[in-house]
Amino acid sequence: MPFIPHTEEDVHAMLATIGAASIEDLFAEIPKELRQVDLSAVPAGISEMELFRLMHDRAKLNNSLRCFIGAGAYEHHIPGAVWEVATRGEFMTAYTPYQAEASQGSLQLMYEFQTMMASLMGLDVSNASLYDGASGLAEALLMAMRLVHGKSGQSTEPVILLPKALHPHYREVARAIVGTHAVKLVEVDYDAKTGRTTIPHLEKAAPEAHILVIPQPNFFGVLEDVDALTDWAKQKKMLVIGVVNPLAMALLKPPGQWGKTGADLACGEGQPLGIPLSCGGPYYGFLCCKQEYIRQMPGRIVGRTKDLDGKEGFVLTLQAREQHIRRAKATSNICTNQGLMVIASTIHMSLLGPNGLRKVAMVAHNRAKALLDLLRTVPGVELVFSAPYFHEFVLRLPRSVESVLQDLIKRHIQGGYNLQPAYPELGECLLVCATETKQQNDLEAYLKALKEVLS
Amino acid sequence: MSSIPKTLRYSKTHEWVRKEDDGYTIGITDHAQSMLGDLVYIELPELEGHYENGQECAVVESVKAAADVYCPIAGEVFEINEAIIDNPQLVNEDPYGKGWLFKVRTFDGDMKDLLKPDEYTQQVASEAH
Amino acid sequence: MIIFEHSRKNRSARAQQPSESVENFDLPASMLRQDKPLLPEVSEMDAVRHYTRLSRKNFSIDTHFYPLGSCTMKYNPRGINRISQFHGFLGHHPLSLDENSQGFMVCAYELQEIIKAVTGMHSVSLTPMAGAQGELAGVAMIRAYHQERGDTARDEILVPDAAHGTNPASAVQCGFKVREIPSNAEGDVDLAALKAAVGPRTAGIMLTNPSTLGVFDRNIQEIAKTVHQAGGLLYYDGANLNAILGKVRPGDMGFDVIHLNLHKTFATPHGGGGPGCGPVAASARVAPYLPVPMVAKLGEHYHWLTQKECPRSIGRLSTFMGNAGIILRAHMYARLLGREGLKRVSEYATLNANYLLARLKAAGFTPAYPTRLATHEFIITLKSEAKTLHINALDVAKRLLDYGFHAPTMYFPLLVPECLLIEPTETESKETLDAFADAMIQILKEAETQPELLKKAPHTLPVKRLDEVKAARELDLVYKPKNHAASNSDAPMESPLLHASDGG
Repeated sequence: MPFIPHTEEDVHAMLATIGAASIEDLFAEIPKELRQVDLSAVPAGISEMELFRLMHDRAKLNNSLRCFIGAGAYEHHIPGAVWEVATRGEFMTAYTPYQAEASQGSLQLMYEFQTMMASLMGLDVSNASLYDGASGLAEALLMAMRLVHGKSGQSTEPVILLPKALHPHYREVARAIVGTHAVKLVEVDYDAKTGRTTIPHLEKAAPEAHILVIPQPNFFGVLEDVDALTDWAKQKKMLVIGVVNPLAMALLKPPGQWGKTGADLACGEGQPLGIPLSCGGPYYGFLCCKQEYIRQMPGRIVGRTKDLDGKEGFVLTLQAREQHIRRAKATSNICTNQGLMVIASTIHMSLLGPNGLRKVAMVAHNRAKALLDLLRTVPGVELVFSAPYFHEFVLRLPRSVESVLQDLIKRHIQGGYNLQPAYPELGECLLVCATETKQQNDLEAYLKALKEVLS
Repeated sequence: MSSIPKTLRYSKTHEWVRKEDDGYTIGITDHAQSMLGDLVYIELPELEGHYENGQECAVVESVKAAADVYCPIAGEVFEINEAIIDNPQLVNEDPYGKGWLFKVRTFDGDMKDLLKPDEYTQQVASEAH
Repeated sequence: MIIFEHSRKNRSARAQQPSESVENFDLPASMLRQDKPLLPEVSEMDAVRHYTRLSRKNFSIDTHFYPLGSCTMKYNPRGINRISQFHGFLGHHPLSLDENSQGFMVCAYELQEIIKAVTGMHSVSLTPMAGAQGELAGVAMIRAYHQERGDTARDEILVPDAAHGTNPASAVQCGFKVREIPSNAEGDVDLAALKAAVGPRTAGIMLTNPSTLGVFDRNIQEIAKTVHQAGGLLYYDGANLNAILGKVRPGDMGFDVIHLNLHKTFATPHGGGGPGCGPVAASARVAPYLPVPMVAKLGEHYHWLTQKECPRSIGRLSTFMGNAGIILRAHMYARLLGREGLKRVSEYATLNANYLLARLKAAGFTPAYPTRLATHEFIITLKSEAKTLHINALDVAKRLLDYGFHAPTMYFPLLVPECLLIEPTETESKETLDAFADAMIQILKEAETQPELLKKAPHTLPVKRLDEVKAARELDLVYKPKNHAASNSDAPMESPLLHASDGG
């Protein structure tokens, strides 16, 4: 019986102590007709050895090949030490740190994480993670809506500007989660030449708005003019939410330094910092803000304090905002977060450090540029957007992207992400990414394959 | 034993009211503060805000709870106790004195619907486990 | 020490950085960061040592018995962890073409089918990333169901007063008003109160069975009939599924939409607070609203169902398909146990809980519901000990830490004063349960003769009792080194061009 330690003697002794004749008797309070369960649709159990074999075969079906897909999940080198330490039982099988004295390891680590994220974003405080980038943005929007409502006690529906150049899945999730509230989500077009979200586009979309979301880089890999957009929004007394790639923030100006006043909130997907692609999850969402907004921040937050002897220690704090205390009036319904991913990410950031992360970002970008220079030599292949980009770019192809990707797969290349379904106005366009994990021979292999496929 | 001064009036939701010359002073009772524990944060009502009888107008937060404060007399808030913003423990130490929350000027309300001290004493006793 | 206190300027794990140079970097300088973010500057050895030491300050399932009620802290199988790290899974991009992703998709599909079978529901979506997100999805589905039928007056969700906080929080998130229903002295939902509360405004009720009170609500079929007759739907919070896994199915009890907590029932690791996975399952009439994406099978081939194929779905809740790695782990757990093993889970979880209850009862502790059998968990109340010995649940919980046991859940559910909610799970041996009971007995003795031991507990951990009031009044949420000006440092970044020929 996997994982059940009881011997027959144990069971007899325990039933005797309880005063029951059989285990089945312990279910006597449950109406008998509810206990007729047919599990024949569930396969019989297998041994761990058989499981290894089964999963080994299935893992082979998941062909990783050479991957040039970005689109919100990025391949980076993760030092072996990160997951060796993160999967220690003391980290991996610990629970939420409600008994603080028995969880100082996790709590101190989260405090260090909060420090690193806040600083990376150029803001004052951070929480200890949300589920992922898209749902994290949804929570940031709900937080911004609370702040906007609180300000003037206003009763009109808040208006949120969502650039179309923001990841299509993030926009879908925002609609699904935020859409159940009284709010107006307005999509804002992008400039067809540069790929950027511009002020004329914002003005056209909604003359009066309360919250502006600025992605950096945006979904096309394009770098927005964050200073101009932030200043425009602030002059209209709007709240600004930056949705950013955290690795890029080691290199680029972070949200807290945008424009004259800085953005108010920063959120995004933490995956590029030490989390493997792993079929799409688990990743983690981060959320940072200016000090004045801290009480509206959802999710768990760790604070430093002292114990009875005056020794430094860490606890979950500001819990009165959370669901287990405030219940119906909580800032969010979130309970479980992405604890283990935060542990790994913190170790990763500690190993790379500020210089290392900046270097990774720069090399990743250079790789993408090198790939772009190669692929542009193929007849019919064009770079679509003219603005500066970060480690990802959009190419227009002379043939159906869907068929090109199929043909590239046969040559062991995952060429990128097909933009046609989400952006039909762009035509046959492909989003291509290269990071520091791609070597020169990988880039040349892509070039060779693309030449063949398009000839 | 929580203190329940005879000169005040009380609401069912553990607020106290004191009639002044210029309006009413409002706070939370000794019983309320002891149930909440050490207060860590207070969100006071908006100055010049209008609140109906029984409307949520403030939040008092401790480590283990965040409780709404319900306005016991309809009116307009004309003063809030800034001292407790940086020193929430004043509410624990002196709930009827230095720990007052806010003052209202009322339109048409008076204290007749509020509980008298012995009525409130009874209510507190009945709530005890 | 905090990691930043180990930092030395420009120290780093050089070997982990890419080795090539970065000359001719072409992004405009005005876009670049001029300051250095506050990240540790330490060697690899420093980082490994620091975090390894931190880990040793934690209690965990791998090191301690963890009887947290409603959390199901069972053994997290190590073999499963190993397999989940196979490169085919770990290195796989979520937006890979379907034909390239069959290995993961067959596992996800199988888990969907297994969940259908053990819950008795029609369809499953694995995408919610935790129980709370599963609840949000479920309540949103109830809302969508009524709205599509033009039944827009239904704006109330009923919730028992013993419910977990995420229930009312999720209902409010979806725009509903919450109406609380009291429980009776036996721990069941008060039927009369329920009947008085249902009506044309009832959108649904959120329940868990067994409830958070640790007992099985025997009137569940009557409750289902009452709510259904009033036109409402039934939502099942699957947090306590460990009590009935393979023995009773929520679908058979009358529930229309349910969520599971894979990080509880299916033994995926708790990771210090996450990640979890909260799949949501629905009956036939609510299935069209399930969140996307889901895995479908055509012949021997698997593909993703998105909003296009499911136009009435409440939408997407995750950037990709949720916590894929957790889905994989839960699937492996279900395959390892198989149909017989899944049933054994609830049998032995219930045996262990009743045994521990019997031992504690015999030792003089007071069960909250003395006439009821335990399910996979039970509550004892320290109300009388609080009066006679002046110690409370918190004191006992903290003293248990000194005995090498993680404390049970305290002060939840809120209904029962000075309570401890105890869930041993099926993976613990009789010896462990006996040791726990013996420790509780010992602690009770200490309460009579040396109460200070409890009041000032814990004594043997890395820290003593922590000042939570100070933490909330004087917020210290980020480390501020003495020579670093908060978040916008004056310390300039080295210019990227300086390292043009530098290996790192």
